[in-house]
Amino acid sequence: METLSLLAGGFAVAMTPLNIGLLLMGCFVGTLLGALPGLGPVNGVAVLIPLTFAFGFDPTSSMILLSAVYFGCMYGGRISSILLNIPGDEPAIMTTLDGYPMAVQGQAANALAISGVASFVGATIAVIGLSLFAPLLARAAIHFGPADYFALYILAFATIGGIAGVDPRKTLLSALIGLLLATVGIDPISGVPRYTFENYHLFDGIEPIVALVGLFAISEILMLLEKTVKDRTKAIPVGSWLPQWGVIWKTRWAMLRGSGVGFVAGVLPGAGASLGSFMAYVTEKQTSNKKGTFGKGDPRGVAAPESGNNAAAGGALIPMLSLGVPGSGTTAVLLAMLISLNVQPGPLLFERQPELVWGLVASLYMANIALLVLNLPMIGVFTRLMMTPTWALMPIVAAVTFVGVYGISNSVFDLEMMVFFGVLGYLLRKLDVSLVPLVLGLLLGGDMERNLRRAMSISDGDWGILIASPISITLYIMTAGFLILSVWLAVRDHKQAQAERMTEG
Amino acid sequence: MFFQRLISAKLGAAMVTATALTLTAAPATATECIAPSNPGGGWDFTCRTIGRILTELDLVDGNVQVTNMPGGVGAVTFAMVASERPADAELIVATSTVGITQIAQGRYPAPLDSMRYLAMLGADVGVIAVDDESPIQSLAELNEIMVNDPTSIVTAGSSGAGGWDHIRLLMVADAAGLENLSDLRWVQFDGGTDAVTQMMGGQIDVVSTDMGEIAGFVESGDIRILAALSDEPIPAFPDIPTAASQGIDVTGYNWRGLYTGGEVTDEEYAAWVEKLETLYNSEEWQTAATESGLVPIWRGGDEFETFVREQAQIMEDISRDIGIIQ
Repeated sequence: METLSLLAGGFAVAMTPLNIGLLLMGCFVGTLLGALPGLGPVNGVAVLIPLTFAFGFDPTSSMILLSAVYFGCMYGGRISSILLNIPGDEPAIMTTLDGYPMAVQGQAANALAISGVASFVGATIAVIGLSLFAPLLARAAIHFGPADYFALYILAFATIGGIAGVDPRKTLLSALIGLLLATVGIDPISGVPRYTFENYHLFDGIEPIVALVGLFAISEILMLLEKTVKDRTKAIPVGSWLPQWGVIWKTRWAMLRGSGVGFVAGVLPGAGASLGSFMAYVTEKQTSNKKGTFGKGDPRGVAAPESGNNAAAGGALIPMLSLGVPGSGTTAVLLAMLISLNVQPGPLLFERQPELVWGLVASLYMANIALLVLNLPMIGVFTRLMMTPTWALMPIVAAVTFVGVYGISNSVFDLEMMVFFGVLGYLLRKLDVSLVPLVLGLLLGGDMERNLRRAMSISDGDWGILIASPISITLYIMTAGFLILSVWLAVRDHKQAQAERMTEG
Repeated sequence: MFFQRLISAKLGAAMVTATALTLTAAPATATECIAPSNPGGGWDFTCRTIGRILTELDLVDGNVQVTNMPGGVGAVTFAMVASERPADAELIVATSTVGITQIAQGRYPAPLDSMRYLAMLGADVGVIAVDDESPIQSLAELNEIMVNDPTSIVTAGSSGAGGWDHIRLLMVADAAGLENLSDLRWVQFDGGTDAVTQMMGGQIDVVSTDMGEIAGFVESGDIRILAALSDEPIPAFPDIPTAASQGIDVTGYNWRGLYTGGEVTDEEYAAWVEKLETLYNSEEWQTAATESGLVPIWRGGDEFETFVREQAQIMEDISRDIGIIQ
């Protein structure tokens, strides 16, 4: 009951004209960014962060805008997956497996409708879960000591390794670069400057927002500058926009299963939506692939990962808001923004700033409905916008990022830093190194180190404190379980692939 | 096609340059207040509030331009003023105990006396707090533990070792008679709120930090304040005893104030101190300071210069005692 009245208060916050306007804009921009191949949720949110600073929105409105973009990206990512066979963003990779074959078979309208509805189901279940579980976790979080937070960060890094299709060595490399960069600046515990090279601009450490905008937005501009026009594949013509409702209804169980699996994957700190859609697809294939139709255009193969990635996106907000530990790359970016706005997420956020938390939750309910409306009848608009030529899009992105970052602190050094990170991001992407572990390393590394050292100060140097509480022990067991599961999955996939090669050969 | 894209990129860049130029352009004669940090936070508040009230009271011509110049916990601004604008009497810079700590520990590129310190206009009062269920009931009991069995308790606050939260607790321990100050365990958290949350969760025993940030916990009864490190009781909490009233003569203000360049003339310096005193006595400042959790306190001119020097000396001594500096 308490939750319901808090939620009602949240709707009052979310219903102001400014917030509704930002919400609708966020949904539209988000869907578009998700649909454009390459520009994913992290890039999308990173591009818009400087803008929220420039307009001076309060933390609640900024969060509403950026979360709407985040959710919108999750909806939009599927459009190019299905029509172009190019995932609009990382979590939409799994949707290409059955979505594109469906489109080829002339079922594009069905695939788009199923994925739209699945996104709605997944996101709605996640938001309900968020309203129910986040306050509970926040209440439990007061018992989290430094050693427990350290264990939580270990779990976060372990789950990144579980993302499919990424070379684990490159993931590790990326995470280590992030951790290394996190040590730059005055060490807050001892007050000693580290890796600052006598440059006072580096004393405050690397400003995460600047690094993020560089890594994602600037590197994206560089990537697209390099690409030639011929990369742009022709979209499959959709024909009729009217889906068959019977087909959608048949995928209802796949949607619910996908939502459940995705939600749990999202709540785990670290991996987020990519893991959510991957796990949802794998689980659905395990349960339903009796006739071997998966990968050849099975509607359930579209429904499961789409509900999974949307549920994970919502779930990832839970640890971010209640523990201050992000559940995914995008929530890590949102976390950095909240901290820049002097809002400290964590157990006390729910008590201290209920209007922010519940205003955000309420606006997510509204965003889901807005997105469903945007994504079913208006799908044609996005399909056409998806074809926006790069030469028109990229200068806008460039202008927004430079003006925005300069506007935060009037610092030319920040601009140089942003360009440096842009080039770094570009080089790493050329080497197929995922940037998400780097971002998590950069954002979480400092806290992870400090919590380890706090635990050591408390115990006076006794390492035993790390496994002295039931919370940390539970978290380590989950970490071990997760690592074993991902190794097992990798080995099994490898064997299956080998077996298939044997039979084919 | 590639050519076309190149042109667009150049257009974008030109747009950015144009916007950047308009952002930095400002009349050269206007009074400027530099907050050596990003927007938000204490120094930014000092500049924006004082700048606004200076204009409202017609103490300056036109608006005060507030510039954010983050870097090196104030060091970037300090270096710039020392080298480029030491005689610019239209420039004031926000500072606080945090900045003086950095100088005392040799982390700024120029010494303390390269600037002229104008005034402090308000302060957050340091307090020493325990959990409401803690067996420690009074400052005397805490002092007894700190002196006789310093390794048995864990203390914490929002600054690192050698930061102001740590140093003012050590000033209390020193006054109580603790011989070896580095025996006391200190844990850093990212803010007083975090430290108090951890204390409520039972991870640490004592918190030393600013009252402003943790006042909510005192009102809700979650924590108990053993002592306020101020001359007079905090106006909002008159029942909380000061350390001095319990026989420990220590004050630990986290004051907010301003400095100007070291080559500003005596007349210009005196004019600023006078303007700031008028501002301090105004209803506008008293309200603004109280609303943001500060206790209005005035120290200006020579009195303030002496105060800053003494505080820096104490910080330097304690930092040396606990091995933060050589």
